[in-house]
Amino acid sequence: MSALHYIILQVTGPSIFNTASPEARKIGWLGNGFLIAGTAMMLLVIILTVRFTLRYRAKENDAEPPQTKGSHKMELLMVGVPLVLVIFFFFWSLRTMSAVMPGRTGDQQPDVIITGHQWWWQADYTASHFSTANEIHLPVGKRILLKLDAADVIHDWWVPALGAKMDMIPGRDNYLWIDIDKPGIYQGACSEFCGEQHAWMRIRVVAQEPAEYQKWLAEQSANAEQPADSLARLGEALFEKASCSNCHSIRGTGAKGDIGPDLTHFARRQTMLSGMEDNTPENVYQWLLDPQKVKTGARMPRFIFNRDSLMALTAYLSQLK
Amino acid sequence: MEIDHLHIPEPHESLPDLSINDNQGLLQWISSVDHKQIGIMYLWLAVLFLMVGGVEILLVRIQLAVPRNHFLSPEMYDQLFTMHGTTMIFFVLMPAIFGFASYFVPLMIGANDMAFPRMNAFSFWATFFGGSLLYFSYLAGGAPDAGWFNYAPINQYNYSSSPGIDYYCSGLLLAGIGTVSASVNFIVTILKYRVKSMDLKQMPLFVWMILINSFLVLAAFPSLNAALVMLLLDRQLHAHFFSAAGGGSAILWQHLFWLFGHPEVYILILPVFGIFSEIFPVYSRKPIFGYGFVVGSGIAIALLAFGVWVHHMFATGLGNTVNNFFAASSLLIGVPTGVKIFNWLATMYHGSIRFSVAMMFSVAFLIEFTIGGLSGISFAIVPIDWQLTDTYYVVAHLHYVFIGGSLFGLLAGLFYWFPKMSGKMLDEKLGRWFFWLFVIGFNLTFLVQHLLGAMGMPRRVYTYPDLPGWGILNFISSGGGFLMAIAVGLLVYIIIKSNVKGEKADADPWDANTLEWTVSSPPGLKNFDRVIPVKSTRPYRDYKRPDDADWKREN
Repeated sequence: MSALHYIILQVTGPSIFNTASPEARKIGWLGNGFLIAGTAMMLLVIILTVRFTLRYRAKENDAEPPQTKGSHKMELLMVGVPLVLVIFFFFWSLRTMSAVMPGRTGDQQPDVIITGHQWWWQADYTASHFSTANEIHLPVGKRILLKLDAADVIHDWWVPALGAKMDMIPGRDNYLWIDIDKPGIYQGACSEFCGEQHAWMRIRVVAQEPAEYQKWLAEQSANAEQPADSLARLGEALFEKASCSNCHSIRGTGAKGDIGPDLTHFARRQTMLSGMEDNTPENVYQWLLDPQKVKTGARMPRFIFNRDSLMALTAYLSQLK
Repeated sequence: MEIDHLHIPEPHESLPDLSINDNQGLLQWISSVDHKQIGIMYLWLAVLFLMVGGVEILLVRIQLAVPRNHFLSPEMYDQLFTMHGTTMIFFVLMPAIFGFASYFVPLMIGANDMAFPRMNAFSFWATFFGGSLLYFSYLAGGAPDAGWFNYAPINQYNYSSSPGIDYYCSGLLLAGIGTVSASVNFIVTILKYRVKSMDLKQMPLFVWMILINSFLVLAAFPSLNAALVMLLLDRQLHAHFFSAAGGGSAILWQHLFWLFGHPEVYILILPVFGIFSEIFPVYSRKPIFGYGFVVGSGIAIALLAFGVWVHHMFATGLGNTVNNFFAASSLLIGVPTGVKIFNWLATMYHGSIRFSVAMMFSVAFLIEFTIGGLSGISFAIVPIDWQLTDTYYVVAHLHYVFIGGSLFGLLAGLFYWFPKMSGKMLDEKLGRWFFWLFVIGFNLTFLVQHLLGAMGMPRRVYTYPDLPGWGILNFISSGGGFLMAIAVGLLVYIIIKSNVKGEKADADPWDANTLEWTVSSPPGLKNFDRVIPVKSTRPYRDYKRPDDADWKREN
């Protein structure tokens, strides 16, 4: 472990060196190897520069130094050593690449299809027939195949602790393998500039033990429950009447839109607006009041709701467990 | 009706003032076809845009100084970072390089002007109006906002409906025409207008690099120009070259852009290698170490430059086979690029080094450029690229190359050649202040960005969550940015002050080696009446020390 690596671990939280998957670890080792070789080269240049600067500074009335013009032996060395180094890293890189990104064999089906939208993530769990958004649950200890698509412009999936990033390109299917070692919450972000709210297109991967994950899958595939209190019921009616349902789905109700995020179990998510805010009733209220003020440019238009309607919608959404 | 003939002033002196009268002054500058005056205008254009592009990025750095800041709207932020990158590359570094080339290539090869003086003026004005057109977008409804490499499909009308990107296309096309015509001009000038006694193997290395560079421009710009025209067709006439929804390909833009874009990186660094290869020998009082090697590796870089573009696209999912090929070529191009560092170090070895500001920038460059070069190699190692591409680590890397490499070289060139261009010395004492402010500011700004990238901060985000370490590192970076801004302000002051009342410069203040120093400072309108004999790469030294001439020692 190189010194720089150590410092990074000490002063920061998660980074590309603070890994939670074998893929990320292999890349981390390669990164470390490169850091060591790079630091050695860097030190060589710094030492030579500093030494020559001090040693060969002109003194007054110096005569012209000997006019040497080069040396083929030296030139051979100057090319040879870096060449050997890059060849070494080339082969190390080849090995890592085939470990991190093996091709897809046959007709392996992806476990989760993730689609980048301006500016949120849609996650389709095809086998369990449901769709959710932004907070992506995955099981630990299993090799997972993600299929990465884009709905509008190019986005990019990147969770540093889990390894490589991969672009999501309209009109192309990209795939990415992920193994996760330990349960936890891993942050990531869209890493290809995708417009105004590129900054708030953060990823939250929730890695769970298999049993817990199965439980989550079961909960998520269930339909939304009927609201218990009257205010929330009012909100449910409003959700359909005020055309929210044209864009959003809430399974078990008439809302079947597929433009915006699926909200069936919205209240179970810890954050909203792709990691921009905590998921609290107050934040939901502010968002419904004026989406453009909260997240400028977002596709959700401003509906002119009165206070009562806002309260009802907030109550409804906040009980969608 | 009597016709008033427009009076085109004939120049009488090499540095006319800026007053407006009917036969000299401003009008004379505007109508000039003299390579030295055009060179100076290119350089002023670069200084002007350096300040504009600098102000743009200062606003960006204010926005990023603290997490969840609301100083700029996201829309404004996107326009500012796009304009900053486009400006710095196409309207600061390019014109500055062409300015030095236009001024010094003829002087260094013993010619009295460029091969096509009027085309030279055309090249400058095309660049000037290209930049003006780009900036007109602010008045026309919004600047381009899709980044300097302007990826599809976010560059399409339905994602960016302000006319900014149309101005980006037409501005860069116009400037590109200027760039291509200037390169043709350099090639013909260098190949055909050298003084008879100078053969290719005796050409100054700066001239060599400009020659190689001009071929790079001729091969790289068609790809950009084609892409820009296709994009204009997409936006204006609803073609769909780059729109997947209409059967086009978003990836096609990336191929076309980077097939230009990566050679462009070398276009911005090779001439600067040339400048350093002039400066190191002069201030070390030794010949360059491995003249042939420097030329050869320059040619190798130029050839390899066209086989590495996919390393900008390792994360697009092209597959391991394609990625491997471009990883190999990208690692390979690092060798001739990096090895030059040792050529310059070996030139200093056993030298008698005089530390004027030009040499200070050159020595600092050795270290800064090694940082940028090494982080560049890490992108050729595909798995590391998969982690770090499109993060702040890239931002750090490219600034170590463009500032620590290209800009440091241009600044070194400025301090080296200013006496020749103006007849005045550029204030060395204030110059040292500028050097330290700029170097410290630069490293404060960009060193920490390596860490931010490794910690997970993507580039081009208008704000960021308050994760551990992110706030403080960004704050340091912004502080460094302001230090650089103060330094640039000081530089402009130094230039103006030295121009007005600087110490008078001799014809040869640095005891230099090449032909431009044989004429007065500034040179007369006609460069040479007669040229000293050229028998080695250091003709002027041979002339000054006939007993110890290079050509006598050779063989």
